[in-house]
Amino acid sequence: MLKVNDINVYYGAIHAIKGVSFEVNDGEIVTLIGANGAGKSTILNTVCGLLHTRTGSIEFLDKNLASVPAHKVVKLGMAHVPEGRRIFQQMTVEENLEMGAYTQSRASVDPNLERVYEQFPRLKERRKQVAGTLSGGEQQMLAMGRGLMSNPKLLMLDEPSMGLAPILVEQIFDIIRQLHKAGTTILLVEQNARMALSVADRGYVLETGKIVATGTGDELLHDEAVKKAYLGG
Amino acid sequence: MLIFLNHLINGISLGSVYAIIALGYTMVYGIAKMLNFAHGDVIMVGAYICFFAISSFNLPPAVGILLAMLVCTLLGIVIERLAYKPLRQATSLAVLITAIGVSYLLQNGAQLLWTSNIKMFPSFFPGQPVELFGGELKITVASIVTVAVCVVIMLALTWFTGQTKVGKAMRACSEDKGAAQLMGIDVNTTISVTFAIGSALAAVAGVLFCSVYPNLTPTTGSMPGIKAFTAAVFGGIGSIPGALLGGVLLGLIEIFASAYISTQLSNAIVFAVLIIVLLVRPTGLLGKQIREKV
Repeated sequence: MLKVNDINVYYGAIHAIKGVSFEVNDGEIVTLIGANGAGKSTILNTVCGLLHTRTGSIEFLDKNLASVPAHKVVKLGMAHVPEGRRIFQQMTVEENLEMGAYTQSRASVDPNLERVYEQFPRLKERRKQVAGTLSGGEQQMLAMGRGLMSNPKLLMLDEPSMGLAPILVEQIFDIIRQLHKAGTTILLVEQNARMALSVADRGYVLETGKIVATGTGDELLHDEAVKKAYLGG
Repeated sequence: MLIFLNHLINGISLGSVYAIIALGYTMVYGIAKMLNFAHGDVIMVGAYICFFAISSFNLPPAVGILLAMLVCTLLGIVIERLAYKPLRQATSLAVLITAIGVSYLLQNGAQLLWTSNIKMFPSFFPGQPVELFGGELKITVASIVTVAVCVVIMLALTWFTGQTKVGKAMRACSEDKGAAQLMGIDVNTTISVTFAIGSALAAVAGVLFCSVYPNLTPTTGSMPGIKAFTAAVFGGIGSIPGALLGGVLLGLIEIFASAYISTQLSNAIVFAVLIIVLLVRPTGLLGKQIREKV
């Protein structure tokens, strides 16, 4: 579904992503793990078009994304739930969700809202509330729900567990499993490597802009080097 | 008492013009995070277009206003595309200086095209004022129309930003452009739409302003422009109801100050009030102070 081929991304003179290649197949959960600053979010931002690669290519559903501006990528079936959630704080919960369906036809907004409210009943209770007043966990649900409003084929989640209490992290990962079961393909970026690898079909380990290890979720969970570096021994 | 009422009505009427102009400042600031100092001069262009449409081409006033709105809308879009869009990534100081440059360009361009001779803006509102209290209190038709137009614009904008897809996209862009792009919103188009709306409103304000103060010159727009900017900051820049509140309060302060304190000092008093408000409430009267949870 998604093929990233040897991309190089620069922030000015800084070479942030160095020849990274990976792919995500239909129906998979693939995770990118790595320490702070390894380049995980940079990769997602490049895939969705907010940043640009100097060389290499990104193909999504067999279409080269090189000349597609960020705001047109959504329409192709890719939704990005960004790091730090970045919900629209001053808009209501429902307005946030409507924005998620911005590229969708008017007729599909209501059924999508129904579906997201079914997935996140909490959001339905708070639909008229201003999003900035939600708790952290609710904001993460809103960010994910907003991503799902565009009926994405590929959902990219950037640090969905960031800043959440352990019980909420469990909840968020339960939702990720449910989405996966329902057939959504997911690209997951996480610092919480243990959680990420336990739900993922495959994983890539990123270190200072390069992929240093890859394997199935299980393989990486039991890999000595990965254990030592990311799983606390 | 009647004199007081008279001043009150004049203040609200003048304040409504400021409010309409302030809306343009505040909407553009909200979304592009820049102060469009050329906004006041768009008012002047609108007034000239309407003036020529009525005086030289003998078109009906309504057509003149529509024409002015059309020209200003295009002007706003062109200014944004040519002057501000290339500076999207530049520092805010560079954008500010560019805006001042555009302001001078418009003033001098107008001087070149239309000379600096004062043009008398035609009064096209019916001359007979509405009389109350047996003729003691006279309310001009211009005042009534101005306030009514302001209220209609306010309601329309509230509906537009609250209910329509484009309006909501504008609010989304004003909060977080990156996230808005991730939703599939075309930020550049949204900014253009905002400039278009702001400039169309500037044309309306220009016509209303000149029908009360009919001396039209290439610098006509700068004083109401600065005052409306003050009104926008006063009310809380970025806030649409703030622009209305700031505009009306500013109009009232100006009229009352010149009526009861001193005509010469009225502008100084207006700006002094601004400074005091900003000292007490740096975000303006209705500025956004939302508590954020992380």
